[in-house]
Amino acid sequence: MHKHLLGKLTILFLFIVTFLTGCANNNSSKITIVGSSALQPLAEQAGNDYRLSHSGSNIVVQGGGSGTGLSQIQAGAVQIGSSDVFADTQKGINAHLLKDYLVAVVGVVPIVNKGVGVENLSIKQLQEIFTGKITNWQQVGGKKGAIIVINRSKGSGTRATFEDLVLRGKQAVKSQEQDSNGTVKKIVNSTPGTISYISFPYATDNNIQKLSIDHVYPTNKNIPDNKWKLWSYEHMYTKGKPNKATASFLKYMLSKKVQTGLIPKTGYLSVNQMHVKRDSHNKVTKLGK
Amino acid sequence: MSEKNDDLKKVVNQALAEQKVPHVKLDKMKPSTVDIDKLTKPSKETHQEYWGKGLTFLAIVLIILLVVSIIGFVGEHGLATFFSDHVNIIHFLTSTDWDPTQGKNHVGALAMIVTSFLVTLISALIAAPFAIAVALFMTEYSSKRSAKFLQSVTELLVGIPSVVYGFLGLTIIVPAIRNIFGGTGFGILAATLVLFVMVLPTITSLTVDALKAVPTELKNSSAALGATRWQTIYHVILRASTPRILTAIIFGMARAFGEALAVQMVIGNAVLMPYNLVSPSATLTSQLTSQMGNTVMGTLPNNALWSLALLLLLMSLLFNFLVHLIGKKGKK
Repeated sequence: MHKHLLGKLTILFLFIVTFLTGCANNNSSKITIVGSSALQPLAEQAGNDYRLSHSGSNIVVQGGGSGTGLSQIQAGAVQIGSSDVFADTQKGINAHLLKDYLVAVVGVVPIVNKGVGVENLSIKQLQEIFTGKITNWQQVGGKKGAIIVINRSKGSGTRATFEDLVLRGKQAVKSQEQDSNGTVKKIVNSTPGTISYISFPYATDNNIQKLSIDHVYPTNKNIPDNKWKLWSYEHMYTKGKPNKATASFLKYMLSKKVQTGLIPKTGYLSVNQMHVKRDSHNKVTKLGK
Repeated sequence: MSEKNDDLKKVVNQALAEQKVPHVKLDKMKPSTVDIDKLTKPSKETHQEYWGKGLTFLAIVLIILLVVSIIGFVGEHGLATFFSDHVNIIHFLTSTDWDPTQGKNHVGALAMIVTSFLVTLISALIAAPFAIAVALFMTEYSSKRSAKFLQSVTELLVGIPSVVYGFLGLTIIVPAIRNIFGGTGFGILAATLVLFVMVLPTITSLTVDALKAVPTELKNSSAALGATRWQTIYHVILRASTPRILTAIIFGMARAFGEALAVQMVIGNAVLMPYNLVSPSATLTSQLTSQMGNTVMGTLPNNALWSLALLLLLMSLLFNFLVHLIGKKGKK
């Protein structure tokens, strides 16, 4: 009696396993997007819209950071790896294997706690704060109080953008690291003396003080001419040639509907709006238009 | 084979004929139809025996394979830092400069090792007296019914997922520390307080077992000598159960040492040598959880994380070893 039950259970178990894994393999219309948390709000929104117009599609969007996106796409574990940084700047990533789609441009803005009394910094001051040379808000015209730097974790694309453009190769002071734009915002909001940076789409509420740099205000209007220098491309990478479903989704991402509709609405910029181009070595060139 | 069967048949028939044991009424079993083949072949029960033995053996083999392959995998990648990336192991253990993306001279794990030990020791140090007191109340003072109630409460505490503890720490403990001590509130103190709540039930329930295992004769003879209940607890029960209580504390420490998520949420994740209890820092586990997704397999930053994992594995082996050592000493 027991023997039969056991045998039946084993067979049932094997059956379920093969069934489930078989399902996962055959379902080619499932698209998993992993990586940049800066791109996440846009990808999620676009995924939802795409699902409505394309029945039978299944799009899963996960964060994890740009480093995760690149390492996952290189491993072939996902269909799309999203990143704020160029793949060839990441150690251990073979950029030749990956196909790059520039889907959007996003700005990065330094933020401080409302109580520090600073609204503008020069790029040099910003650099000296994040390298640990300036340690008190008084030194930059604010109220007396220690500066507490909150960094994003290594592998964050926002951090890479910020360090490339502000620190220019200098080492950041060792400080607290937090995982996501959301957490950073929350901490800066509630902790006196803190400074950090987040991407534009997250910097929407009034509880934090956004900083202008050299009196240029952090708005999307200032990005196309590179007046506001802290911006990066949002990349979606595929490993080699994408499959049919993925290609169709990428086409949707680059379509007019998303580029002129959803992207401005969610706080990003379309690549088509840019008057300048930046390569992976941060060299900015004007686009002849 | 048939010869043997014939022999057997002969013996059976002879026994039947002689009927040496009259109360066993063999003739009722219709001896003429005795199936010798069935007698000489394995019965159904024997088959079940084989099945059971085989299944349990298979499970054991699977578990052993799993353990060996995990240790092998972690070992291979963790040691690659030292053998293929040529990081000096002494540098790894004594330097506080942790920035593996910068190359092999920036792979120092000391700050994380120290922080891990600090949060573990302090939380165990605070939790142990509480746990012992609670356990004493449950075994010695309270009625059976309330003891049962308390037991289920501690079991409930064990079952709460660590992310919930971390979340509570992030929203209650961190702001509270920030208001009292200044700074950001993230740091060893916050992690210690969260871990205190997490290891308390572990140590408590194991201490309860330890106290229950003290023989009643010891308690009774102490009472017979005229000792008060507290004297009995202090001089007899606690003395007799010391090794097992120590084991309970070490189990608690092992849990604290390995806890990743809750700690990562409240410690601040700055790989810095902690200079006080409210300065942000990072433990081995918090560094692993916050960095593992960002590195590429096979590169130095990835291998360096595997080295941290190897260190954690060795530490948990050490904790296990300590438990065995104390258990052995306790038996003497």
